[in-house]
Amino acid sequence: MTPLVAWEALPLAVVLSSLVPGIGIMLLGEEAQRARITLNLLGAVAKVVLVGFMLQGVGAGASYAWRFTVLPGLEFSLVGDALALLFVTLSAVLWLVTTVYAIGYLEGGENRRRFFSFFSLCVTATTGLAMAGDLFTFVLFYEALTWATYPLVVHRGTPEAIQAGRRYLVYTLVSGTVLVLGAVWFQVETGGVAFQPGGVVDPEAAAAAPGRYLALFLVLLAGASVKAALFPVHGWLPVAMVAPAPVSALLHAVAVVKAGAFALIRLLHSLFGIEVASDIGAAGIVAVLAAVTILYGSIRALNQDDLKRLLAFSTVSQLSYVALGVALLTPTAQIGGLVHLVHQGIMKITLFFCAGLLAHTLGVKKISQMGGVARRMPLTMMAFTVAALGMIGIPPVAGFLSKWYLGVGAMEAGLPWVVGVLLASSLLNAAYFLPVIRTAYLDASPDRWPSEGDARFGRIEADVRLLVPALVVALLALASGVFGGSPWSPLGWAELIVGRGDL
Amino acid sequence: MSPGLDSIHWMTLVVLGPLVASMVALAGTPRTLRLGLALGVGSVLVGVGGLWLTFGGGDPVLRNPLGGWGAPLGIDLRLDGLALVMLSMTALVGAAISLYSTAYFGDISFLPLRDSPAGRGARFFAPLWLLLWSALNGIYLSGDLFNLYVLLEILGLGAAALVTLAVTPKATVAGMRYLLVSLVGSLAFLMGVALLYVVAGTLSLELLAEEGLQGPLPAAALALMTVGMAAKTAIFPLHAWLPPAHAAAPAPGSAVLSALVVKGSFYIIVRLWVDVYGVGPGPAVFVLGLLGAGAILWGSILALRQRSLKRLVAYSTVAQLGYLFVMFPLLVSGDGGGWNVDAWTGGFYHALSHGVAKAAMFLAAGSMSYAVARDDLSAISGIAHRLPMTFFAFGLGGLSLAGIPPSGGFVAKWLLLRAALADGGWGWALLLTLGGLLTLAYVLMVLRYAIDRTDPPTTFRPVPRRMEWTAMGLALLSVLLGFRAVEITELLAGALP
Repeated sequence: MTPLVAWEALPLAVVLSSLVPGIGIMLLGEEAQRARITLNLLGAVAKVVLVGFMLQGVGAGASYAWRFTVLPGLEFSLVGDALALLFVTLSAVLWLVTTVYAIGYLEGGENRRRFFSFFSLCVTATTGLAMAGDLFTFVLFYEALTWATYPLVVHRGTPEAIQAGRRYLVYTLVSGTVLVLGAVWFQVETGGVAFQPGGVVDPEAAAAAPGRYLALFLVLLAGASVKAALFPVHGWLPVAMVAPAPVSALLHAVAVVKAGAFALIRLLHSLFGIEVASDIGAAGIVAVLAAVTILYGSIRALNQDDLKRLLAFSTVSQLSYVALGVALLTPTAQIGGLVHLVHQGIMKITLFFCAGLLAHTLGVKKISQMGGVARRMPLTMMAFTVAALGMIGIPPVAGFLSKWYLGVGAMEAGLPWVVGVLLASSLLNAAYFLPVIRTAYLDASPDRWPSEGDARFGRIEADVRLLVPALVVALLALASGVFGGSPWSPLGWAELIVGRGDL
Repeated sequence: MSPGLDSIHWMTLVVLGPLVASMVALAGTPRTLRLGLALGVGSVLVGVGGLWLTFGGGDPVLRNPLGGWGAPLGIDLRLDGLALVMLSMTALVGAAISLYSTAYFGDISFLPLRDSPAGRGARFFAPLWLLLWSALNGIYLSGDLFNLYVLLEILGLGAAALVTLAVTPKATVAGMRYLLVSLVGSLAFLMGVALLYVVAGTLSLELLAEEGLQGPLPAAALALMTVGMAAKTAIFPLHAWLPPAHAAAPAPGSAVLSALVVKGSFYIIVRLWVDVYGVGPGPAVFVLGLLGAGAILWGSILALRQRSLKRLVAYSTVAQLGYLFVMFPLLVSGDGGGWNVDAWTGGFYHALSHGVAKAAMFLAAGSMSYAVARDDLSAISGIAHRLPMTFFAFGLGGLSLAGIPPSGGFVAKWLLLRAALADGGWGWALLLTLGGLLTLAYVLMVLRYAIDRTDPPTTFRPVPRRMEWTAMGLALLSVLLGFRAVEITELLAGALP
């Protein structure tokens, strides 16, 4: 197999495919709806196509890198390697779906120009940091992501939204500043900032001064853990769910928290190298923090009545599976962690799409209002159920595969307590998701829904622009599980990354 | 470039061009005002372009006696990478400010030029600013201390006059205070220069550097000159005159003062400490660093407490100047007692991006005040929705100041942090980090007012497009500086002795 496209600057093209629409939309007028939607969709489709070419190329053994010197010794570098593509593909595909959903959800509302412009910039920053070839470029996009997301979080302009936005900024800006400090320290300590499979830290230097290297790691971890919503710095995430549903989908599945989890992967594997990280005790700290976060998030999700808030705490918990997996030494666990980056994204976006559908169509926002909603919106609740079962870890939905690999990997590593955490978390997942499903299917419907719009959708239960994306991602979640054995499935790709030694 | 045009011609052009233009503008008819600005901007841009073409490779310093008289008698001009970078920054910022000013002072052909307050600004801004520009370019290129003194006096007088253009009692008081500080500062400088002449018998920077100045008298001279320049640069704790003065001037004047003028006296301090004296590690540079730390912290805290937009931006200048002084202790921390190149390039990259970003912020703030005819923060409530481009210009400039990537401020912060950490200077590193967060805090405070729609202003005057575009252009430039720093940092590094 040969690469179809061997153009070195392909990663740059992927970044530009959403940057250009983002800027274009900002320059268009608020009323230029048709042009805005066209630009948005063109960019989103172009990104998927470009990423497709890159996937095929990397699968065939090619590599893509685009570099530009900023300072002597510091580069702006975009690299499309196997690990980067895992994240980029997720973002590109889910962005396309979310764009359609967001058009259905928000066109007709206020400030659409601002919203869709920053929506594109947000994905630009995400794909940029996914393909960052070094820590300098990574930090650049990591910070840019904060600013691109803020207007989306406060989109509604309500006092709660402003308050949530303020908290989001305080958390992310302080951590971003710490990350910059850590990045410079890393360069001073090791001489370079380029990401490399297996890490760039000299094992002997780290063995000679484990304390200093651990401190360095912890500074970088403090910078990365806020976006990854690790306990105890997860507090911005449940508050930020005041944003409109497409934004929550983006925050929780595509962009911000994923950027944080990806930062942890880069930190553990591409900078320190997992062996060094284990030797100095850093990986252990991450694993324990992740385990605590998994349990904490699940417990907090238990008694929520607000559906989106429940989903937010579920994200806090599920995201730490990624951190836990990649912090372990065994390849199986690492595959589990990597693939959960994708699986969690697909499943969680489904759940948020469904929550948005319920709120948008019926005004249902609380679980106590969901009685019998499955009879009114059967397709929506079917999608919701598939994703929720996946989150619990029931085969054949994607989440099962993640948990299986994580569990097996933990046993191989001789860490039975990790398996205990996984089991406990699955039970808790069941304890907060199953009652929701039961209410939706078995309880009696109310006489009238909180705010069912006058809009009639014919025989279809909701606006198709919202419903189709939800069904598509639910199918993806199912397919990723069923076809997990294919080399082009997320699992197949994660195995390729670890198998090739690209992690 | 045509043969026969040497860098001396271009150097002469960038100094004399704005001076001649200033005299043209002084004639004071709408036509000559515009002609003067065009002439000034044109001559500086052409001159700086020529310098970029003729400079490069080989010997970084060119000495060119003007009128055939060399040191120690005549006027010496010297050009190195640092001077070229400062000249270029001043040229770009100056061009944007000049363009902005033509819109800000309105269609001058309809103004009663001599009588109204607006008329006074419109009448005298251009000639004063062009005179300042000539003096600034002269300071960058000057090779001896006496010339520097003369140019400093012109700079100080012109700057104080800019403040009083606003013709309010506040502005007059602020302007007079500025003038006083400026004169005392120049006097201290002159005493230092005289002392040095007694000791060394020359005022050429080059010859003085070769002297290898040692002992109590040269040290006293340096102290006098530094105190004088520090007062003019408004370094903490000599900063109190700056915020009222910079805030009182008309918007393009504020931008000139905050972005450019304070850099002139700072530049002289650097020339003295690094080029002439070559001051090594010791308590002296540490004290300069501490003053910088005080400026960063105190300036930022005061900025956070302001309720007037322009005063907030002015206090931000006080804080940002602190970074330039933190450069000194970092600068002497190089391997084996040498200079730390990262500190040097980082410090001046900060000077550069601060110049661009601060001008963008003051111009944007000027557009906001222009629109609502008031200057308090609550008056700009919701302005982001009326003037989105101006809002973005202010925001981008502010984020660049705070060192948010991608921006020139981020590159500068990275370099300064690297300089600090390479030497284990954790105190300085934490100071720089904290300073960035404080900057974010006050920039965000303004942005929050600007997006808040609860109490929209009642009056709204349409803002000329040109005012919006020029501020945005500078803001974008401050972002672009974060993408490519190779050439500029090489020029800067080449200027380190």
